[in-house]
Amino acid sequence: MQMNMVAAINNALSQCMEESDRVVLLGEDIGKDGGVFRVTDGLQAKFGENRVIDTPLAESSILGMSIGMALGGLRPVPEIQFAGFMFLGFSQLINHAARYRSRTRSTKPVPMVVRTPVSGGVRTLEHHSDSPEAYYSHIGGLVVVEPSNPYDAKGLLIKSLHMEDPILFLEPTKIYRLFKQDVPDEMYEVPIGKASKVSDGAQLSVITYGTMVPLVKSVVQKKGVSADILDLRTINPLDESAILETARKTGRVLIVHEAELSFGVGAEVAARIAEKAMYDLSAPIMRVASPSLPYPFPGYEQYYVPNELKISQAIDKLLSA
Amino acid sequence: MLKKTFEGFVDYIQVLDEFGTVDKSLLPEDVTDSMILEMYKSMSKARALDAKALSLQRQGRIFTYPPLLGEEASQVGSAMAFRRGDIIVPNYRQHAVFMLRGLPLDRWFVSLRGFEDGAAINGAKDTPVSVPIGTHLPHAVGLAYAEKYKKSGNVVVSYIGDGGTSEGDFYEALNFAGVFKVPLVIIIVNNQWAISVPRRRQSAAQTLAQKAFAAGLKGVQVDGNDVVGMYKVVKDALSAAANNEPTVIECITYRLSMHTTADDPTKYRTDGEVKEWEAKEPLIRVRRYLTSRNLWDDSKEKDMQEEFKKEIDEALAKAEAFKPDPKSIFEHIYSFMPEVLKEEQDAAIAAGFWLDTSSHE
Repeated sequence: MQMNMVAAINNALSQCMEESDRVVLLGEDIGKDGGVFRVTDGLQAKFGENRVIDTPLAESSILGMSIGMALGGLRPVPEIQFAGFMFLGFSQLINHAARYRSRTRSTKPVPMVVRTPVSGGVRTLEHHSDSPEAYYSHIGGLVVVEPSNPYDAKGLLIKSLHMEDPILFLEPTKIYRLFKQDVPDEMYEVPIGKASKVSDGAQLSVITYGTMVPLVKSVVQKKGVSADILDLRTINPLDESAILETARKTGRVLIVHEAELSFGVGAEVAARIAEKAMYDLSAPIMRVASPSLPYPFPGYEQYYVPNELKISQAIDKLLSA
Repeated sequence: MLKKTFEGFVDYIQVLDEFGTVDKSLLPEDVTDSMILEMYKSMSKARALDAKALSLQRQGRIFTYPPLLGEEASQVGSAMAFRRGDIIVPNYRQHAVFMLRGLPLDRWFVSLRGFEDGAAINGAKDTPVSVPIGTHLPHAVGLAYAEKYKKSGNVVVSYIGDGGTSEGDFYEALNFAGVFKVPLVIIIVNNQWAISVPRRRQSAAQTLAQKAFAAGLKGVQVDGNDVVGMYKVVKDALSAAANNEPTVIECITYRLSMHTTADDPTKYRTDGEVKEWEAKEPLIRVRRYLTSRNLWDDSKEKDMQEEFKKEIDEALAKAEAFKPDPKSIFEHIYSFMPEVLKEEQDAAIAAGFWLDTSSHE
């Protein structure tokens, strides 16, 4: 069936809840309201108030309570309304969700999937457009996933709910309703920790994820260049093999993400290529990202987020190097 | 218009006073002399264990240790009220609770010797030590929600200090517990000091128990140095919690020792204050009571202490024989082994963790 990302995630949640009564959703406005982006629309009516729980407004306890639920044998799926508000619960993720398994030598894992909308491009108020994946990817023990299309969103979410790990599931707001795709009706899994080859090419490799995937695809198409496009899908743990493979193949690497440039995911990807595939490169690794400053108010958004021209110029520079 | 929309009060309960006299009107029916004797033995064992740990830390045989001296009654009285199936979410000073919940002493020592392996208990529902203050209370709420969801009838009990009641997670957890009506008991161990900051600097509230009212929970105060009073209050709270009425219990006690072995309390409090509380400490009154009932004497005390010493020494020997496996630190991070982490593990193993061979076995 043709679905946008919102419908695909709603469908995955619904099927996982049918599959196991241990799956419970909790968050702000996710019940009657169906969430501010309507991702959980209709689920409370279908599964009841004790499985789709409207919580008081407190991010730390939404995540902390989820950890307790997971320890108690449930599979909580907390929703944080916007990633910019999740920092109030950062302590719960870094101090507890990510450490419970090691603290107890795997006797008390914390299986939970934290869903939150990320990134901008849709002219929202301050704190509603952040791309915080690098902060969370620095935390060992926490898996960080970010789909860029409806098919991957459904499959990655189902896989996440079948795992025994705390997983941060980042949903790019801009892609929620950007396009529809054929999404199978039945349950299926997309593997965690595996990047996806979006296109095959010979001239250069573009390594990207999230909001930048559709943009990169369109730039590459328009320019008529032959590019390997790699959609990371899982940010932590990184699919290093896929990264090295494409880097070795084309010898020219461009990394594109919406999050700020400095200390971003691109730095990690570039470092791994430099360590292990340096001599296979024909040109220095390049990065396109947002400037190293906080996401501005919506009026300045178009001056901040990487766009077609910025990516296009980077590709030209890389190919002429 | 003017009308009163809220009125509240906090009960303070004491059953066994510092002179060893029992308030019979408050004594629970199931509390017999033999149970009080049992309480005394458990508190004594906790104290013996505590003294041993302190000494081991000074010898460098365990790492930083938070002593429980003076808080034996709040821990033993509450732990003896728990029912099979109840789930305990402690902070880091509930050594006697762990002991009474059946955590083998050698595992406790393994944890104190700095190895996560001490907390690896298959099937245990209680959670391990939680260090960041107050952050475990939302977990207790989630665990309680899960028990209610599964209709198990079990109750979750969590402990926090007076300092912990200043944390946002404390208020949030109480608030969530009230909204979701979960089977939960929260015990505030008000030991008067959060490291160097006294109780009056944590909150201008007259009692910490009254913080419960803001979240729609019941709040009660108890003499935390009275093991029988603790038992009664916790038992009543467990019954209420089993009916999905959460309670906050503030027990008034005193941390007679240091915050941890890294702390020097003479820097911030007077000997006079400590002496005053020493007179009210939890074991004296129980020994007075038991002696007055001809149930205890010096020779029994001596035999008991010898027994404890033997048990503690055996557990310690077992803990000191534990051989840690350095490569295991990589193996309990995810449910799977990521390729990138495996590479780091392989490199570390191949290089002997880059340790000098003279110190590496």
